[in-house]
Amino acid sequence: MPDWFSPDEWRAVALSLRVSLWATGLSLPLGILVAHALARREFWGKQILNGLVHLPLILPPVATGYLLLLTFGRKGFVGQYLDMIGIVLAFKWTGAVLAAAVMAFPLMVRAIRLSIEAVDPKLEQAASTLGASPIWVFLTVSLPLILPGIIAGAVLAFAKAMGEFGATITFVSNIPGQTQTLPSAIYSFLQVPGGDPQAFRLVLVSIFVAMSALILSEWVSKAVARRVSGS
Amino acid sequence: MTVSVQLFHRFPGFTLDLAFEAQAGVTALFGPSGSGKSTIINAVAGLLRVDKGRITSGAQVLLDTGLGITLPPARRRIGCVFQDDRLFPHLNVQQNLLYGRWFAPKEPGVSFDRVVAMLDIVPLLNRRPATLSGGERQRVAIGRALLANPQILLMDEPLAALDDARKAEILPYIEQLRDSTPIPILYVSHSVSEITRLAGSVVLLEAGRILRSGTVAEVFSDPGAVTAVGLRDAGSVITARVVAQNDDGLTELLTSAGPLWLPRINAAHGSQVRVRIAAQDVILALSRPEGISALNILPGTITALRLGEGPGAIVQLRVGEDLLLARVTRRSATNLALKVGNTVFAVLKSVAVAPGDVAMQRTVAERLVG
Repeated sequence: MPDWFSPDEWRAVALSLRVSLWATGLSLPLGILVAHALARREFWGKQILNGLVHLPLILPPVATGYLLLLTFGRKGFVGQYLDMIGIVLAFKWTGAVLAAAVMAFPLMVRAIRLSIEAVDPKLEQAASTLGASPIWVFLTVSLPLILPGIIAGAVLAFAKAMGEFGATITFVSNIPGQTQTLPSAIYSFLQVPGGDPQAFRLVLVSIFVAMSALILSEWVSKAVARRVSGS
Repeated sequence: MTVSVQLFHRFPGFTLDLAFEAQAGVTALFGPSGSGKSTIINAVAGLLRVDKGRITSGAQVLLDTGLGITLPPARRRIGCVFQDDRLFPHLNVQQNLLYGRWFAPKEPGVSFDRVVAMLDIVPLLNRRPATLSGGERQRVAIGRALLANPQILLMDEPLAALDDARKAEILPYIEQLRDSTPIPILYVSHSVSEITRLAGSVVLLEAGRILRSGTVAEVFSDPGAVTAVGLRDAGSVITARVVAQNDDGLTELLTSAGPLWLPRINAAHGSQVRVRIAAQDVILALSRPEGISALNILPGTITALRLGEGPGAIVQLRVGEDLLLARVTRRSATNLALKVGNTVFAVLKSVAVAPGDVAMQRTVAERLVG
């Protein structure tokens, strides 16, 4: 491997993988919660929550990045308090995690929400009449039944996080070895004369990672769906 | 244990307002579509919030809107069996059966072995619901509800989705269940013969209100209930004892009004049975007919006469200690000058009574099981 990639390229690939895994893993519990609320609950402000979740999908990524900077930057109205307790996100790899998570969130929520809506509420009612409290109904009936959807949502979010560029470069910039993710690195190589071969190698890596993730998720989803339906 | 239900709920264009009690055994909720049967089931189960109501099971209050008590479904200890089995597809049969056990209070209840033996599901335990037939799935659903140790069993048209053969397969299990548990069972059904077979009492509903309630014999022999039951399904239920199995394929029964011959009933000599006699199968005559192919002629006295809006009339007769309904034309009622108090003869073709219309009485079912 070291022969194929320069240290900078290698770091970009590793950083992207790390950022995407953290972004997916950290946002998954919240994604399930929000998807469940949107699919099954009626509450005040549901449409507002729905809009907020989807905003990163329709806003220019650079605008999302700028909003993140305003909010979580060292002087931002959340960032200044985080700064006091020693957490700095802007221009750090952790900030890239936040940017990727926010950008991938709508895709994750949509996939999980669809799978929750496909679960027959009558099964959940049956569980409740058998004595299961709402939290147990969720853990023993809903969650196993939506597992294929959760896997699909997580893989989609991971792929989106791997490809995130606009919000990330706006929020955490493009510092090699620190915040330079795979897409940022490709962008940088394209800016320098003669950088094309490096850029192309990284594009191949992107394709490889994305394809592997998709094939893996297809396979796992199918296996899980088979187990769940028992057929 | 007594279950007492009092409900008031306003839907757009429909108000449910009723109160009834159910004892051990099967209480059937019967009425046309949209009369509120399933609403009652959902309200008792706690799946529907009603405007006003009070539901108690023995001393336990499940719902009392006046006192602000609403137990969530999970804490009502109610077993539900629905038209669709609602088995969990990701669990095998055994896990489905034991699901309620997790949450039920740890007290001695029905034993797992007894339930799976009674429902004949031992060979299915390791299979997934997707691989079971409709009848098998419904049996597992019944077992799952029972094993949660419920204090009330709700059955919302549990046989409606099954074909006749599957229905006939499940009915004996429900009969056995009825005879072996002290749990009150609320049973929703569209089928008069199903109710005749299973239920002790009936609550007849119409547009969210109770039209009649009482024993199966009382309600179904009431001329005022005929419209709600449906003209084709209207008919009374009489009790009889098996006295002989004749060589020519008939079974001789003795009713309080005299003998009755019906196509072979597989019941032991001396067993009590309930027979549903459809009102449209009964012919009335002023004198005992002779030279007629129908075998069954029961003398009776007219106790009620109700002229319909159409061409029909419903006549209620007392035959011995039972009540019988006959559906005749208004013209016949006029021609024969039928009046309350008249003595008439009810003529019934043997073959008009289908095997599904004959129900074994509790004592017999117990003897068959034991």
